[in-house]
Amino acid sequence: MNSHRHPVGGTINRGHSITFRFDGRTYSAYEGDTLASALLANGVRIVGRSFKYHRPRGIFGMGVEEPSSMVQLRSGPRSEPNVRATEVEVFDGLEAFSQHCWPSVNLDFGAVINFASPIFPSGFYYKTFMWPASKWMFYERFIRKAAGLGKSAIERDPDSYSKFYQFCDVLVVGAGPAGLSAALSAARAGATVVLVDENGQTGGRLNFDDAAVDGKPAQEWVYQSTEKLKLMPNVEVLCRTTAFGFYDQNLVGALERIADHQREPDGREDRQKLRMIRAKQVVLATGAIERSIPFSGNDKPGVMLASAVRGYANRFAVRCGKKAVVFTNNDSAYATVSALKSVGVTVAAVIDCRLASPGESALKHIGNTPLKQGFAISRVRGLRRVKSVEVSRFQDNGEVIGSAETLTCDLVCVSGGWTPTVHLFSHAQGKLNFDEEIGAFVPREQLGSVQVAGSANGSMSLGACLRQGYDAGSVSSMKAGHKSEQKAKVPQVDDSPETPMQLLWQVPKVRRGGAKRFVDIQNDVTVEDIELAFSEGYVSVEHLKRYTTLGMGTDQGRTSNINGLANLARLRETDIPSVGHTTFRPPYTPVSMGALAGGDFGTHLSPVRRTPLHDWHQSNRAEMQNSGIWKRPFFYVKTGEQVRDAIIRETRQVREKVGIVDVSTLGKIEVQGRDAAEFLERVYINRWKSLPVGRCRYGLMLREDGFVFDDGTTTRVAENEYYMTTTTANAGPVLEHLEFYAQTIWPELHVHLTSISDQWAGMALAGPDSRNVLGALIGESEAANENLPYMGYLAARIEGVAVRIFRVSFSGELGYEIHIPSKFAQQVWQAVLEAGQEWDIAPYGMEAMTVMRIEKGHVVAAELDGRTTAADLGFERMMKKDVDFVGKRLAERDALVSAGRKQLVGVVSLSGRPIPKGAQIVAEQDARPPATTKGHVTSSCYSPLMDKEIGLALIADGRQIYGKELYAASPLTGRTVPVEIAHHIFVDPKGERTRG
Amino acid sequence: MLLIPCPHCGERAQTEFTYRGDATVERPHAEDSAEKWYDYVYTRDNPRGEHTEWWHHTSGCRRWFKVRRNTWTHEILGSESANSDNNRE
Repeated sequence: MNSHRHPVGGTINRGHSITFRFDGRTYSAYEGDTLASALLANGVRIVGRSFKYHRPRGIFGMGVEEPSSMVQLRSGPRSEPNVRATEVEVFDGLEAFSQHCWPSVNLDFGAVINFASPIFPSGFYYKTFMWPASKWMFYERFIRKAAGLGKSAIERDPDSYSKFYQFCDVLVVGAGPAGLSAALSAARAGATVVLVDENGQTGGRLNFDDAAVDGKPAQEWVYQSTEKLKLMPNVEVLCRTTAFGFYDQNLVGALERIADHQREPDGREDRQKLRMIRAKQVVLATGAIERSIPFSGNDKPGVMLASAVRGYANRFAVRCGKKAVVFTNNDSAYATVSALKSVGVTVAAVIDCRLASPGESALKHIGNTPLKQGFAISRVRGLRRVKSVEVSRFQDNGEVIGSAETLTCDLVCVSGGWTPTVHLFSHAQGKLNFDEEIGAFVPREQLGSVQVAGSANGSMSLGACLRQGYDAGSVSSMKAGHKSEQKAKVPQVDDSPETPMQLLWQVPKVRRGGAKRFVDIQNDVTVEDIELAFSEGYVSVEHLKRYTTLGMGTDQGRTSNINGLANLARLRETDIPSVGHTTFRPPYTPVSMGALAGGDFGTHLSPVRRTPLHDWHQSNRAEMQNSGIWKRPFFYVKTGEQVRDAIIRETRQVREKVGIVDVSTLGKIEVQGRDAAEFLERVYINRWKSLPVGRCRYGLMLREDGFVFDDGTTTRVAENEYYMTTTTANAGPVLEHLEFYAQTIWPELHVHLTSISDQWAGMALAGPDSRNVLGALIGESEAANENLPYMGYLAARIEGVAVRIFRVSFSGELGYEIHIPSKFAQQVWQAVLEAGQEWDIAPYGMEAMTVMRIEKGHVVAAELDGRTTAADLGFERMMKKDVDFVGKRLAERDALVSAGRKQLVGVVSLSGRPIPKGAQIVAEQDARPPATTKGHVTSSCYSPLMDKEIGLALIADGRQIYGKELYAASPLTGRTVPVEIAHHIFVDPKGERTRG
Repeated sequence: MLLIPCPHCGERAQTEFTYRGDATVERPHAEDSAEKWYDYVYTRDNPRGEHTEWWHHTSGCRRWFKVRRNTWTHEILGSESANSDNNRE
């Protein structure tokens, strides 16, 4: 039923046919096909367009190496761009689209660039559009539109992904002959083994080549070995699983594609699973990839890797053409001739650049097919696909003479040799050597816990792959602590000697002009581009890569990189090792964002923290606000009120009556031990030993560099026990900081630190009537000023719950903080509200609290921005002069005590308009950037108390210019407001209200 | 992701820890010179090879300890508690 499928042969399931759609047309395939083999079987030759010149692109390879046949797979929310057709297992109902072309892949408008390509050399965009530099932003919009490959889906991904952490003795990457042998020998020794392979089945190249193991078809050995492994309890075989990165300490990242080969995941199954596998030993049996040869016209659809053509014939019974020419520099491509003949393709000739005869077994493959030794293809003819090739005599000095012959064909099978897949080995910091015999970089040596086996190691013969695999398996299981009892028998293969390959990095053009010689057919990098880059001085391999984009496509230049390096070496008249190679970095193949995220997205990525009073806030019409990861009440909604009204009402409530606010988010640290006072003395700038039991003190901490770190009140609740509070945001960092000093700098101090932030909730009761409310709760005499003075502490009971009451104030009013064990928080909160009814108590939110703290000139994170000193904030008198504390020495350095530093001041709007937050303070009303600024506004609000727009600001020598008029300019919003500089404490500067 | 050998809890994933940096520097005395203090706070060697660093088992036992690590190969060479003489359990 497929026009290009041989009626017999292959391992596809002919009993199960499948339909799929490509670019809107329906085609049929068999179970076991890939999208590439199915398209080829249906005679589809052009499947995409190249990145730069929009040249027609066909299928070139057959697996992960594929540079050209990329498609948009599926439609809707599961749609995925840049998927290699060679890696997609066809399923019923599959839908794929060609990409990077308009209006269609066969008639692509962008291809006009191709005809204009002489004016689009390497660096064209840089050279043309950078002048004038200011116009680049304009050009870029159009260049971006012309570039780009597929499109990512914009709908929400309907599938789930997961992460999995896995441990084993031996991880084997690659389940070809070397990997299977390694897994078998390691597993027999008793090691726990994980075997991963990127393909849908084990076997690697043995699935595509006609080989024999122990005198039987190789696929039989693959099947039996795999079954054996699967039955062993200490082995896990994972297909469709790509090891994409090798990280420190043998951590290998692997992506398991659980459901990508289906239309959609079954039931609640994940689509993909990210496996992070920590292995004691790793065997890399990652194989090798065939490379192309640059010759004129080598990018036309119909030019394919010889190994791919062979694979399509053997595995899928697919004819990649009607009449083929094989062009090679090594023996491996000869097997393609017999494979082609087996599916009924005529082979016009084998063109071998070597003068020496190929090995015996290679010759057996070609039978009576004409063999042209010492020849090369100098040109491919045909506009949109191969029509014929010109064959020229190839000389020892690399020159070609004349056009000896034209051969009609529609398929060119090319083999430039094999490049070991050393990506993971390089990720593991393994060093590479250039192997002249195979013309590729190979691992220099085995690493302590990483063995490389088979063709990844540069050993291409099947026998060597099997042997090295067995050895690597037994060495690694031994290193992982398992002794091999019996020596496993390595299967026998018939490896007849091969004739060495001849390095061939490009076929010179016979005459000037003619078709381009491509090195990288995805990014359209030609030999001529490399020559141009070289002549412009890009002689380093890293520069060459970035200038020409060689190997920077989605295929990462698997079939082309070495050709590029070799051509650069030729131009530099040096050898390839001196040119070196670019760095291999993870991931080996793309990993979806979904798999990397796993379940960590949305609220799972950033957990929400709720205070113990959260439910009460919610059921009492609090408008909640995000404060870091905390949810806090912004204000409490009353019907008919605007936000501004609510905030004004809540501040009045506190200034005139009594209010209550949730402050549970404060960090709380218990500091205990006989040296606790000494410890506080060393971490705060002020004195602590003098603080009696039952009293609180405001404390300021510096970092060792002399800048302010955090502030809070700390209370001596017992002789050797302090209750420290920190700002909400610094609860974690302060604890870590204190632990560092306690454990490493002063380990001789007997001090113990415990975070109790979550164990204790807190509420601030504030306002002129707050003492009355407290009195109603704990008794008037208990709450009296004499018993609980300003900065005093009282352990009391409210409704039987043991609470801690601190007479501290953030609002500037008479106030108390009541701290309660979290589980009783709501009960006590409600008790306070009930007791306060008589005084018309009401809750207030964050915004009213902020307004009142600005009115009172209290500093928060906006002022403690890591650049302010204690003196900048007006705390210089708190600093101890006589004893050491964290940050003291550097706080005393010249730059931190010199005149001209920005100091904390208040600002009052003179126009009545709000002062923009973050505004710069400037002397002139019409100052425009760049202008010298005197400082900046840190916080601002409307003050109901003063009926003015006010703010806090950090201004150079600000305390000396009270009363001066300056401007708060915000270029971001275009607003400039005249302001008067004032003292930063607007309300009750002497503290009479709080102390009363 | 590294495996960090906590001297108190054993080998754990790096995500449980916080890194601080050079553990070979010593906090000067209050009366030491400004240069010495400046060095302590701001200047650090950036050795290629073996290095001793402070790590904190933040999501574990919350102990600070020293890790010897090769900054070039990322190999972990060992760990020891902050002050073996003075550690109190």
